[in-house]
Amino acid sequence: MLLAPAPFVPALFAPALAVHDLNLLIDGAAVVDGVDFAVASGEVMALVGESGCGKSLTAHAIMRLLPDAVRQGRGRIELDGENLSALSERQMRRVRGRRISMIFQEPQAALDPLSTVGAQVAEATGLPRSQAREAVLRMLAEVGISDPARRIDQYPFELSGGMCQRVMIASALIARPAVLIADEPTTALDVTIQAQILDLLRRLAVERGTAIVLITHDMGVVADIADRVAVMYAGRIAETGDTAAIFAAPRHPYTALLLAALPRLTDVPRSRLAVIEGRVPAPAEFPPGCRFAGRCPLADDHCRAEVPPLRDVGSGHLSACWHSEAVR
Amino acid sequence: MRPRISAGIWIILALIVLFAVAALLAPWVSPHDPLRQSLLLRLRPPGSATASAGVFPLGTDDLGRDLLSRILYGARASFAVAILSVSVSLVVGTLLGLVAGWFRGWTATLIMRFVDAMLSVPAILLAVLTVAVLGPSFVTLILVLGFTRWPRYTRVAYASTLQVAALPFIAAAEMSGAGSGRILLRHVLPNIAGPLLVVATSEFGLMILFEAGLSFLGLGIQPPAPSWGSIMSAGRQYVERAWWLTVFPGLGLFTLVVCVNVLGDWLRDRLDPRSAGR
Repeated sequence: MLLAPAPFVPALFAPALAVHDLNLLIDGAAVVDGVDFAVASGEVMALVGESGCGKSLTAHAIMRLLPDAVRQGRGRIELDGENLSALSERQMRRVRGRRISMIFQEPQAALDPLSTVGAQVAEATGLPRSQAREAVLRMLAEVGISDPARRIDQYPFELSGGMCQRVMIASALIARPAVLIADEPTTALDVTIQAQILDLLRRLAVERGTAIVLITHDMGVVADIADRVAVMYAGRIAETGDTAAIFAAPRHPYTALLLAALPRLTDVPRSRLAVIEGRVPAPAEFPPGCRFAGRCPLADDHCRAEVPPLRDVGSGHLSACWHSEAVR
Repeated sequence: MRPRISAGIWIILALIVLFAVAALLAPWVSPHDPLRQSLLLRLRPPGSATASAGVFPLGTDDLGRDLLSRILYGARASFAVAILSVSVSLVVGTLLGLVAGWFRGWTATLIMRFVDAMLSVPAILLAVLTVAVLGPSFVTLILVLGFTRWPRYTRVAYASTLQVAALPFIAAAEMSGAGSGRILLRHVLPNIAGPLLVVATSEFGLMILFEAGLSFLGLGIQPPAPSWGSIMSAGRQYVERAWWLTVFPGLGLFTLVVCVNVLGDWLRDRLDPRSAGR
């Protein structure tokens, strides 16, 4: 009845990126604990959770650029079947930006203020400047920048936030990486621009066959573009599966409460916003059992004593809850 | 919107350019050969004219050489020494500061403790000792000044690198596969150039003074080649009879260094966000 925690691998496709049993430690506390997931080419997979749940650390671990205080314990990261942990730092540098790229929350801060758009996008190509210029112009057009011939020689301060994010996307994708990690790519942008950027990512993922790992805390963004979603809580995956299935019928109390907390237009005006009571425990205070037990309406002694494994609750939909059948 | 450049700064800039052009064009604008001696024309006061040799606008020295020509050629020495020694120390100091600020840890400890040690040795004493050992020459002068003055650049480069390295675009460059060397030269260096330029400017003035000082002591530019320091040193004995030998080179030195320092202060105000109160 219990299944070992295993990544959900989409039928027919070998994953472009697979993360197996990733453990990240700060002072011995597992801030990321047994995270498993896989993304296929052309697919958008969302990693959702609140601040500090380990989603960004997971991304940094994939890039092998963890902050000094964080140490990787167990875990294996495979890119097109190749084990990245086995690569030397020199080989890993050729993976970054070429085979796995990353874009960030604040596009304006993520661009060098003293370097032109063209120079920054060209950096990942490794081409001589004259040849790179052609490629950069094409890429800028592809990410929807109007008048690329003018924009290419401009500096980041001359562009809007949305435009900067397009430049970031251009620079991340110009080398045709297999995987793009987008860490809160639209959080700093206003909603109309947000929608445009998400559409762009969606389109490029399909057209170029890029696997996208989208890191976000925004369920609205997930609903917008993700094919699949993994909900993280306190360093563990709580629930994962197809976006549609999870939104229709969450099988983990955390996901259910998270979805219930989304404000809706049909809510009575001035009614109280739904909240999840309590707060995420600090890594040093993680309980022995389910880490959500302290805030969970369904928690019992079993939950507090024993870690619930990810179990299949139907067609690739996995939930790490002892009471997944009781969730509604 | 960029703040206007004040009239004062224009004057300062004009004076510095004037000195630089005069130094550069010394062979063409000097009225006389700076090395040509004439015992008949010793210690002539400014403005004296002779039928055979022409006018000496600033007078002549104890060997009958034209003072204006010697001051013009002396400016060349000042600029050459300042430019070259600032370049050497700027490059050495900046590279060490970048490395220390980027790699941190024991690399930084090693470099920065060495900087502390260097800064606690009086530079002029170190320079005097080194020249005494190596023997005075133009190249020695550049090396001595260049390799004793780098620690200030290292401190500034180190602190600025620490700040810039924490910015998101540096992380983004790392994520896109850029190596340390590329990140430091392409992304960090341009972003820390402002404060380094300020240090370089103030050091430039200081190097002109150091050159004059060492030449005054006979450890810099060697006679008969003219240098402001050595002209004043020779004129010292005649200060009661021939005031112009010390006053004019001294005035040149004073004016140039003040101009450079004022320019440095102004640059600091413009480039340093902490002293933004204009």
